[in-house]
Amino acid sequence: MSTNGVRERDRPWIMRTYAGHSTARASNELYRTNLAKGQTGLSVAFDLATQTGYDPDDSLSRGEVGKVGVPVAHIGDMRVLFDRLPLEQMNTSMTINATAPWLLALYVAVAEEQGGDRRLLMGTTQNDLIKEYLSRGTYIFPPSQSLKLTADVIAYTVNEVPKWNPVNICSYHLQEAGATPVQELAYALSTAIAVLDAVRDGGQIKPEDMGRVVGRISFFVNAGIRFVEEMCKMRAFVELWDRITRERYGIEDPKFRRFRYGVQVNSLGLTEPQPENNIIRIVLEMLAVTLSKDARARAVQLPAWNEALGLPRPWDQQWSLRAQQILAMETDLLAHDDIFNGSHVIEQRVNDMVDQAWAEIEDIQARGGAVAAVESGYLKQQLVESNATRLRSIERGDQVVVGVNRFQETAECPLTRDLDTAIMTVDPAVERAAVEGIKSWRAQRDQAEVEAALAGLRTAVQSGANIMPPSIAAAKAGVTTGEWAGALREVIGEYRAPTGVAGARLSEGDTGADSEVRVAALRERITSLGQQIGRRPKVLVGKPGLDGHSNGAEQIALKARDVGFEVVYEGIRVTPEQLVATALEEGVHVIGLSILSGSHLELVPQVVEQARNAGIGDVPIVVGGIIPESDARALEGKGVARVYTPKDFELNAIMGDLVDLVAARSASHA
Amino acid sequence: MPERPAAAAIVGGQKRAIAQALNLIEDRRSAAQADIASLLAELRDARGAGIGHRVGLTGPPGVGKSTLTSALARELRARGRTVGVVAVDPSSVRSGGALLGDRARMSFDPADAGLFVRSLATAGEAGGLAYAAPASVEVLAAAYEVVLVETTGVGQTETDVEYVVDTVTLVIQPGSGDVLQFIKAGIMEIPDVLVVNKGDHGRLAERAAADLTGALDSLRGVGMADAGEGWRVPVCITSARDRVGIDRLADLLDAHRTGLGEQGLRTRRGRGAVAWGLDLFRRQHGDHGVGALGGHAALRGALQALVERGADPVTAARTLSERYLSKLRRDGD
Repeated sequence: MSTNGVRERDRPWIMRTYAGHSTARASNELYRTNLAKGQTGLSVAFDLATQTGYDPDDSLSRGEVGKVGVPVAHIGDMRVLFDRLPLEQMNTSMTINATAPWLLALYVAVAEEQGGDRRLLMGTTQNDLIKEYLSRGTYIFPPSQSLKLTADVIAYTVNEVPKWNPVNICSYHLQEAGATPVQELAYALSTAIAVLDAVRDGGQIKPEDMGRVVGRISFFVNAGIRFVEEMCKMRAFVELWDRITRERYGIEDPKFRRFRYGVQVNSLGLTEPQPENNIIRIVLEMLAVTLSKDARARAVQLPAWNEALGLPRPWDQQWSLRAQQILAMETDLLAHDDIFNGSHVIEQRVNDMVDQAWAEIEDIQARGGAVAAVESGYLKQQLVESNATRLRSIERGDQVVVGVNRFQETAECPLTRDLDTAIMTVDPAVERAAVEGIKSWRAQRDQAEVEAALAGLRTAVQSGANIMPPSIAAAKAGVTTGEWAGALREVIGEYRAPTGVAGARLSEGDTGADSEVRVAALRERITSLGQQIGRRPKVLVGKPGLDGHSNGAEQIALKARDVGFEVVYEGIRVTPEQLVATALEEGVHVIGLSILSGSHLELVPQVVEQARNAGIGDVPIVVGGIIPESDARALEGKGVARVYTPKDFELNAIMGDLVDLVAARSASHA
Repeated sequence: MPERPAAAAIVGGQKRAIAQALNLIEDRRSAAQADIASLLAELRDARGAGIGHRVGLTGPPGVGKSTLTSALARELRARGRTVGVVAVDPSSVRSGGALLGDRARMSFDPADAGLFVRSLATAGEAGGLAYAAPASVEVLAAAYEVVLVETTGVGQTETDVEYVVDTVTLVIQPGSGDVLQFIKAGIMEIPDVLVVNKGDHGRLAERAAADLTGALDSLRGVGMADAGEGWRVPVCITSARDRVGIDRLADLLDAHRTGLGEQGLRTRRGRGAVAWGLDLFRRQHGDHGVGALGGHAALRGALQALVERGADPVTAARTLSERYLSKLRRDGD
């Protein structure tokens, strides 16, 4: 087939766009439009209520319904979401984890209603809980029980939905949490080992079927801007996975040992200043996962250029899709064999990564494996420290970010001339409609059937039986997402993961000379302010709402301690009521809130108002997040002291503000 | 100056007043000390002595104390008891800052009027307790039936947790042989209750519990275990994560408190009050002050007398402070 390196073109990878918002109806329209534009697979974004197992009318869902994805509360929503999209012919990736068995159950149920055969269904449930504890935060249950549910989905699909990818082991979110390439490799592969061990030892799979199980494990990977290194990382993944599946699980068939992965390229590095540059970053990052044929992604989804500003609009997503199509179809990329084979430079780099990652994998095994290393906080702490190093090198200017810490001057960007229309906003009426919708859904069901289905679920969890069959029965009976998760919560209980912050250390080398001087000055100010007001200034760092992206909050907490604040940080998913109770009981001098899900306009004013009611309305409140300019003004109008967005990367400056706010408040009291 | 809340509001469980009291007693400015002393005296009068239960949970880092404290608080609330928690975390020596991260392990209902959690930083104190811990315990004990004090470290100083609580619980995890060695070698005080947490480690946990029981038995043989008071130190396996063994722990804590009786309680709290007064005095006047009033033993005796007459430790320390200062003045004449 190949003569002189010229041969038939390879088939392009599957092209997706991570999408979903507002309602099942609106998302369905978006999917059909995207497919018409040449997208070849679907990627469903669920809202945080669906991801964490709450119905839209749950008090914890306030402000979150339809924000970062589509709400799916029952089979009715699932029907609408895939209306006129024959599931037998789709390839659907669902970013769903704690509630993955449930969403898969709904998907299978709808496919069967459409007259489809579940044995033909293709797609992916993300279903990787380890990285949820480490980065993304949508876990519900303790690690070992989560692993059991993951194993249930695998054991079920291997026989019943054999073309499905039941789990997508994610290194993506580890990079977003600050992981180095070696950490990404080691932590993701350690997760895969934990999952496969759980399946192997769980008694649901016959030993001779392990090959098919291993063959269905796929990965979801990140690609950052250092695209040569990232490409080497992908080749290292291929080698390491081949080794693990062969040595640990004795898989002989090379087909089952193949490293299959999908990609979403890096969002962490997308900038708020000069956001138009992001499309260039996105394209370069895409090269990392496509250039090497031997380590090429099976599916690619790209973020949009304006993600650091807010939610992307259809046009923004189209621009990213076009980038994929141009690379796959206009260029000659797919006409060559692997263009790096034989390169000494690449080989050396890959070998180094493989060796380092292998050592780290062995270290994690010595610590009892990925689950033990999550429970002890070890993995989280490593990530928090890596992320602190990364942020420091940006703050110091060692790591160049064009438009942020270099070349900040710019002509006016026509794309963002009107900021409010340069992003998509979700109509607040969506949540009210969803609340009404779930009430009428519950009213029209056969309640006896629902109770029986929930009882079946509880029995299965208690007995350790596979969760999938009773979940599919519950889906068909009209059970809601909140009821499904509630039944499991009742039996299993909930979990709060280590924050990784308490034990994290900032190494001295991370603080440059200039920054060292500023840190020393801040420490002195805080100590003397403490003497002046009688005790050391105390700050509450809070993450209200269901958003689990805690990286920003963690770095603020760490930095605040480093400059001398006493810091109270309660981890993710804390309600406004809890935050205010904590602020009162702890006697804090300032409150910092972090919200990335776009629910700031609902959640922040609640905190402000409740603080006032609790008699601590004079404690200044600052907010950080992806907050559009006009929203920031609105929040300030409601009493928020400062609003920070991704452009505020200098943590020392933020700390200086906090000290100013505490000092000003104590002066006004004197 | 922080506002001094009314004692009645604190005893009545008003959270805003309790928080204000805790803010005040952390205040290190000399101008605040008179207010602190009168607040503590008022609380003592308003509440009466000899009631309530103060429980310490201590042990090495990483054994799951925070999760256990949270589970115990929930168990006590379920039994209808009101609960105050003081969680102590270490401060950074370099910056003076502290991450009071343990709170992340507490899940609680913000509308629950019967639960209050306060974190304190050690601010470089030896012995694992923060400067404000004894006074914080006093404030919370005025408002809540049970006060849990969670702290790292197993030291032996006068600012240690055993001086602020009625019942000391030592928490360890399976496979941590160090603690056993410390106990055997007599380096560590014997606690009132021993907990092997992370009982989900199964046989490892049972083995650790058996080792501890064995060590206690051999110490009993030479008359070194059990603090008197007719109490036999129990070993309890818990899994805070899986909520196993918490009810038994709560029962054991109750049993210890009941076993102490009025006399035992008075002895322990009196000893704690003296240690606290001594600590306050020494902070202010150092070894010179201690020497000037006749050395540690004499000072302890003087504090004991004041405490027995009903003075709270802050007031007692202030009285001694005045004695010292007037002695200085006399000596200067």
